This record gives sequence, structure tokens and C-alpha cells, in this order.
Amino acid sequence: MSKSDTVSLKVEFGGGMELLFSNQRSHKLTIPARVPLDNGTSGLPADTTDENSKPADISYLIHHLKDHLLKERLELFYENGTVRPGILVLINDTDWELEGEGSYILKDRDEIIFISTLHGG
Amino acid sequence: MAPRTCGLCSLAKAILKRPKTGQQICRECFFYVFETEVHNTIIEAGLFKQGDRVAIGASGGKDSTVLAYVMKTLNERYNYGLELFLLSIDEGITGYRDDSLETVKRNQQQYNMPLKILSYDELYGWTMDAIVAKIGKKNNCTFCGVFRRQALDRGAAMLQVDHIVTGHNADDIAETVLMNIMRGDIARLGRCTSICTQGEDTIKRSKPFKYAYEKEIVMYAYFKKLDYFSTECIYSPDAYRGHARTFLKDLEAARPSAVIDIIHSGEAFDVKEEVKATQKSQQICKRCGYMSSNELCKACTLLEGLERGIANAGVTERGMKRLEAEGPPPESLRTIPFFNKPLSQLDGRPALFVEAPS
Repeated sequence: MSKSDTVSLKVEFGGGMELLFSNQRSHKLTIPARVPLDNGTSGLPADTTDENSKPADISYLIHHLKDHLLKERLELFYENGTVRPGILVLINDTDWELEGEGSYILKDRDEIIFISTLHGG
Repeated sequence: MAPRTCGLCSLAKAILKRPKTGQQICRECFFYVFETEVHNTIIEAGLFKQGDRVAIGASGGKDSTVLAYVMKTLNERYNYGLELFLLSIDEGITGYRDDSLETVKRNQQQYNMPLKILSYDELYGWTMDAIVAKIGKKNNCTFCGVFRRQALDRGAAMLQVDHIVTGHNADDIAETVLMNIMRGDIARLGRCTSICTQGEDTIKRSKPFKYAYEKEIVMYAYFKKLDYFSTECIYSPDAYRGHARTFLKDLEAARPSAVIDIIHSGEAFDVKEEVKATQKSQQICKRCGYMSSNELCKACTLLEGLERGIANAGVTERGMKRLEAEGPPPESLRTIPFFNKPLSQLDGRPALFVEAPS
């Protein structure tokens, strides 16, 4: 694949979230630039068109993490197609609520951070 | 998407959407409004006076770490004139509390505050590890909760402080309101939203983060790069609170003001005097001197049960009956050291070692 076919990201976990991801805080990740509309993570089907695919967004990333990096306790990370309520997401150090949440389109070298607020104080 | 500018200063890029107001604000304005709101909470409730000695209940977790940092910041910025201490309770949970106490020890250096650690082992002769080994994971939270409450008060008495502040945040309080409604515990419902609780004999306790959202506390810790510890307790969590918590997070996702709205609802309940009166009057535990609603305080009852091998003595009616049926405790029974209240609590004099503000 040529360079523009993929997006390279830095993904970090904090607030206890890292425990679900091999107890590793920081992950470097390369994902396809175009992905299936249904966020399937096993690659694009052969009959891919612009209509049945989309640019990789945060929603896709969440599915990708769930299918490929998550090691345990899915329910603490993922719920109803997105992250579980109570998990904060930062896109390049900005609250994802200001960036369109799941529909934010990922760019090369973006830094995405997931922080759990669910652990004891 | 074009970057949005801060709704307060109109200069910098917004980095956070405030759950309470929906406002979009930049990093510096966020620090300022977060700290100022806590300051306003403290001032409006009149929590402190010059010269107060205040212990921050510190677990190493996000809430108490941010609380210690913000208390230090505000004390210096607004000249509260407080003497601040960190007070940690070591429940004796290997792989959980030992790690989080390391965080508190680093906070002690970072914030330059004296630290007192009081362990269940030295106070009760039992660690939580030993208790769970004896009784299993059912009901262990009862022991831990009762023991922690008393340990905090005793630690505070040792530090001779006037006041304990804890990191309970708006989400915690909203959860408690919901739990009290669902359990029909109307007397507690009436009390649980108070920012400050003080019985006749107890050391004053308050919650400066009463109106601070968990999201903002975590964001504050993140942007300030504060050092905190986050791991769930390895013993079974409070399942009932877990349900209330999930429910609250779902509500918040649909309507971010839900947390503050529930607190306001809790505050607006007017509990009848006769309902409040169902709380038993307080007395002094005949064995350890701690305040109690019975002859023996809950901690002494739980400890006696552990020592005599009737672990549910302080938990269920049946256990209590069994304990009574077995007669009086042996002379050699291990007990909690006698609690001597700080002098200031006895006769209204100011605490020891406090110099008058100049």
C-alpha cells in the first residue's frame, strides 16, 4: 500500500484503561485510511466503492482497538458501538466532544487518548 | 473541523466542553474556573477559618490527588491561613493500597505537606488481606467502610487537626442521592448532600468538590500532569453503587447536567423532623471511646466477631445473636486503643499548637 492508504496514530490509555490493553500506556498504530461503513476491522471487501466505505474515523478506531488490542473485559471499554460512558477521549489534547466525537476523521500522526474516570478516587 | 475559540477569553483554542454548562473553554480558563468554583464553594459554605489545621484524606487516587493540589493552590492564592496535612489510611490490601500509598508519598514531596499513614493493622490488628482470608469477599466492604471511617477520625486526632476534607465529587454525591432514594433511606437522603457534616463529638468533615464533576477532575489531573494512581480495589467492589454509577453515567451521556440536577434534587428534599429522629442518639462506645449509636461501636462489634470467629456478628442480626449467646468476650480479647478526642472538640478551645493569625 502507498503511504496515503494508511494513517499512523499514537494511542494512549490512562486512568486505569491501560490495564485492559496489556498494561501498556502508549501504542503506535497504523490503520487503513478507508474503512467499511459498518466499522468492520478485517479489511475492505473486494467490491469496495466510495459508497460502501468511509475515511477512518474515531468510531472505526474504537472498533479496531476492541478487535485487535483489547486484552480483557470488553464491557469496561466498549458499549453500544462506542466507548462506555465515563471514558474520556482526547484528540490531540482536545476533548473529543469539541471534535465531533466518533465522526472525527483521523489524520496521520494524530494522538488519541482514552482515560477512564471509573476508577476509585 | 475548524478549531473553536474559548467561550471565556475568546483568544485561545477551546480544549474542553464543560459538562455542567456546555461551555467550550481553553486550558488556562479551565484551570481558572475549576479552581475558582471550588474556592466559591469553600467561601459560601464558610468551611474554614484562619489558622485551621486541615487533613486531606488522601488515597493516591485522582480525586484526593487533585484535591490536595487545589487546596494547596487556593490556600496560597487566597491566604486561607490553613495548615494542610495528608492523611492516608492503609487498609492492608497487597497490590492495591501499597501501590497507591507510594503515590501519596510522592505527593507528600511534590506538595510539601506532612503525611500521616495509619494502618488497619496497627489500629485493629487486622489487615483487609487477613479479613478477606477469614471471611471471604462477601461483606468485606462493610468491614472496610466502618474501619476506614473510624481510622480517618483517629488519624485526624493524632494530627490534632480541626477538620478533614475528602475528595468526594459531584458524581459521588449524585450516586449517593440515587442510592438513598432506591433504598428508601430517607434519613440519609436528608443528610447526604450536606457539604459539611459534624456530629457533636466527631471531627468536622467536608467535601470541597461537592459541585466538581468527575470529568473535570480527571481532565484537570491530565492537563496538570498530576501523579495519581488508578486501579480498582482487588476485593469485590460495592455492587449496588456500581449500578447507580452506570445509571448515572448513562443519564449524563444523554443530559450532561444530570449530575448537578440530581444533587439539587437531593438538596431540595425537606425531611420531616420525626424521620430525622429515627437516627439513634449518639453515645460513647464503652470499649474504645469512639462515638456510637449502641453500647459498642460498630468497629468494636466487627472486631470482636473477627477475634472470636463469628465474622458476621456485626453484619447480620443472626450473627449478633450468636455472639450474644456465646457470652461475654474473653478478658484477652484484642480491642481498639481507647479514643481520646482532641481537646478542641471537648471544650471548644482552639486546637493545640495553633498560633493566632497575625
